Amino acid sequence: MLNVILNIVFIILLPLAFIGVINKTKAFWSGRKGASIIQPYYDVLRLLKKELVISRTASFLFQIYPSITLAAVFMAALLIPFVMHSSVITIEGGFIFFAYIMAFGKFLSVVGAMDVGSSFEGMGASREASFSTLVEVAFFIIMGSIAAITSDNTFGAITLILEKAGTIGYLIKILSIITFLILILIEGCRIPVDDPNTHLELTMIHEVMILDNSGIDLAMLTYASALKMLIFTSLIANMIIPESSPLLLFLLLYFLIVFAVAFGIGTIESAIARLRMSRVFDFICFTSSLGIIMLALIVVSMFS
Amino acid sequence: MEGFTKITNNQIAKLVEIPILSYTILRDKIIADFKKRQLRCIGFFGVEESIDTVRLFVLLSEDSKHLIHISSAHLDKNSSYESITKEISSFHMYERDFYEEFGIKIDGHPWLKGVNFRTGRANEESCMENYPFFKMDGESLHEVAVGPIHAGVIEPGHFRFLCNGEQVYHLEIQLGYQHRNIENLFLERNLKFMPHLAESIAGDTVIGHNLACLNLIEALTQTIIPDRAILIRTIALEMERAAIHLADLSALANDIGYLMGSSVFGVTRTIIINTLLLICGNRFGRGLMRPGGCVFDIHKALTEKIRTNLSKVKEDTIRMAETMFKSHTVASRFENTGILTKEEAISIGAVGMTARASSYNVDARHSHPFGFYKKLLLGEKTHKKGDVHSRAYLRYEEIIESIEIVFTLLNELEDKKTGTQIMTKIKDKFQPSSLVVSIVEGWRGEIIHCAITNNEGDLLKYKIKDPSLTNWFALALAVRNNGISDFPLCNKSFNLSYCGNDL
Repeated sequence: MLNVILNIVFIILLPLAFIGVINKTKAFWSGRKGASIIQPYYDVLRLLKKELVISRTASFLFQIYPSITLAAVFMAALLIPFVMHSSVITIEGGFIFFAYIMAFGKFLSVVGAMDVGSSFEGMGASREASFSTLVEVAFFIIMGSIAAITSDNTFGAITLILEKAGTIGYLIKILSIITFLILILIEGCRIPVDDPNTHLELTMIHEVMILDNSGIDLAMLTYASALKMLIFTSLIANMIIPESSPLLLFLLLYFLIVFAVAFGIGTIESAIARLRMSRVFDFICFTSSLGIIMLALIVVSMFS
Repeated sequence: MEGFTKITNNQIAKLVEIPILSYTILRDKIIADFKKRQLRCIGFFGVEESIDTVRLFVLLSEDSKHLIHISSAHLDKNSSYESITKEISSFHMYERDFYEEFGIKIDGHPWLKGVNFRTGRANEESCMENYPFFKMDGESLHEVAVGPIHAGVIEPGHFRFLCNGEQVYHLEIQLGYQHRNIENLFLERNLKFMPHLAESIAGDTVIGHNLACLNLIEALTQTIIPDRAILIRTIALEMERAAIHLADLSALANDIGYLMGSSVFGVTRTIIINTLLLICGNRFGRGLMRPGGCVFDIHKALTEKIRTNLSKVKEDTIRMAETMFKSHTVASRFENTGILTKEEAISIGAVGMTARASSYNVDARHSHPFGFYKKLLLGEKTHKKGDVHSRAYLRYEEIIESIEIVFTLLNELEDKKTGTQIMTKIKDKFQPSSLVVSIVEGWRGEIIHCAITNNEGDLLKYKIKDPSLTNWFALALAVRNNGISDFPLCNKSFNLSYCGNDL
């Protein structure tokens, strides 16, 4: 019960702090003082108080999609282990459901962005759709491989890797962690895939899609996008932290890892430039290559 | 050249000495000599002589001999004339501008559209609302319209992209939103008013435009200004160059999400403009120079302060630029993006650092030396490729060069021979019936101010040519076949002025 409560508390409260840490890191590297870590909470609160402005060309879809997108991401988060390797809901075929509920949310945000009929948002939607297709491949290869070796198709499988795969399990863990780290950058629309700070409507992906949203809708989308990053970070944390850790040690390690990942993202954003749009495809395909290496490892270990 | 009068930068030509040819002969002469003598068009404008006739002045620059060739022709407003652009494409913008002002038909011009929708243009019906955009048909093509209002702090202008997916086939730029009728405002008041106006032509080229205007005023009043004032003006011009180039490097870094470069270059740029503030009380150099010399002196203590500040700027710029240009993620964005070939640069008459990055060496400090540049030995800096990297790297080199020039000039200032006078008295009457051309190499490229006076010594025509007028087309050519997401980066690498085009 405690785990369930902690899971839900983390899902609700942590994502925005995660963004806060990234922003603080970026400020640190550029020699600024930067906004406080809880600034994103104020931003979301401010948005909640604001009035909704809806484009005259938009249909009902534009008005309902932010809440459905948020619901979809929230649903996906419930399947993911946040605290003590346990998720709120565990269902058979969990990771497949996860992938498609996320895809459903994304589909709606793509459709919603195109609904207003702006050419910028159309471009952003087209980019988002094509990148998501490639990401899905990588995700399924990774999770499918883990499911194959653990004979478990829920996210609980990640706790069984070492037990079932032996020493090769370490390698599997490292490869999946690297993949998930890259997935955070892609799903969270961070540099080198997308630039969350840019104001250039021709180069944006995620930011351009939410260009027409305001008020509570924008708050929901901001939160959903932060939650996506935290989902993959939690997966990484649960893969790293040993299964036998007591709650306090777990929490300590968990926060340490979440902080480290956020710091890492902030550092990457400060140190390197964004990729050219045509190169982003190569970057995303790299995750699939990692997945295939992992699959090969597992096949070898199963038959040897 | 037969049929032409030749003058140098800031030299007066008497109107009576400028030949008046028939348009056909003038056109033939231009076409015959243009390639042979490697001429560049630097002015093409008219003065209304009566209700029906316009006297067209053509200014051609022969860079290797430091000469400006001038000739003119009488045109009848009701007949039509054969376009020069057909043969020499670099006349393109000039003929459009001329056509817009007087409405005289130019036959065979391939792209006869409005330039800045000036007040008092001949055809008031041609306006931004009915601008004839270039169109392309095809099932997979789509149009993207950006602006005139943009995100971020930039001036208004409209961009129309014709794209196939992410790839740009063609970009058309439609400007005119910043039009203030500034050329005619010069005619309305006296010469005290002129520098203030000149400083407002383009907010990022305050010193460049003001210097061009002052050189022109001093030529027309035949004033020789003190050496010390010339030195201070040159220092200010070079500091402006370094400051804006730094701001642009910062903006380029920001556009590719390279935050470190963005903030470091931003901070260094602030040091330079704050140094300008120490000199004249304004960070952009407003109010530093007035007819007859400079208003503020650079005294001993200030000289030391400038040296310390600029040494710091130089050190930081080198350190940051070396890191940035070595970073492979930056290189992957900069290299081979937005290429402008040398042939393209020549064909559109590109000037300044845009042209130099495409190995087309146009630099008014060499070709039409003014002020202290007559005595200064400058290296020639060009890059071959003409991509974003070339333009960014050229900026870096020019920043360092500008700082070196300022150091040299500061030494000159301390020299006893320079004297202490910074201002001299100036006559308030211009030479009558004269034409004078004043060229200054601003940070963006050559700024040309040209004035014609009537027989009472009042201004009859004031013509300004900002480098942006011709260089905007360079941007349109550079983005062809690039990804549309690279447009902001290409745009920043040129950083052209909307004000300078719209006037």
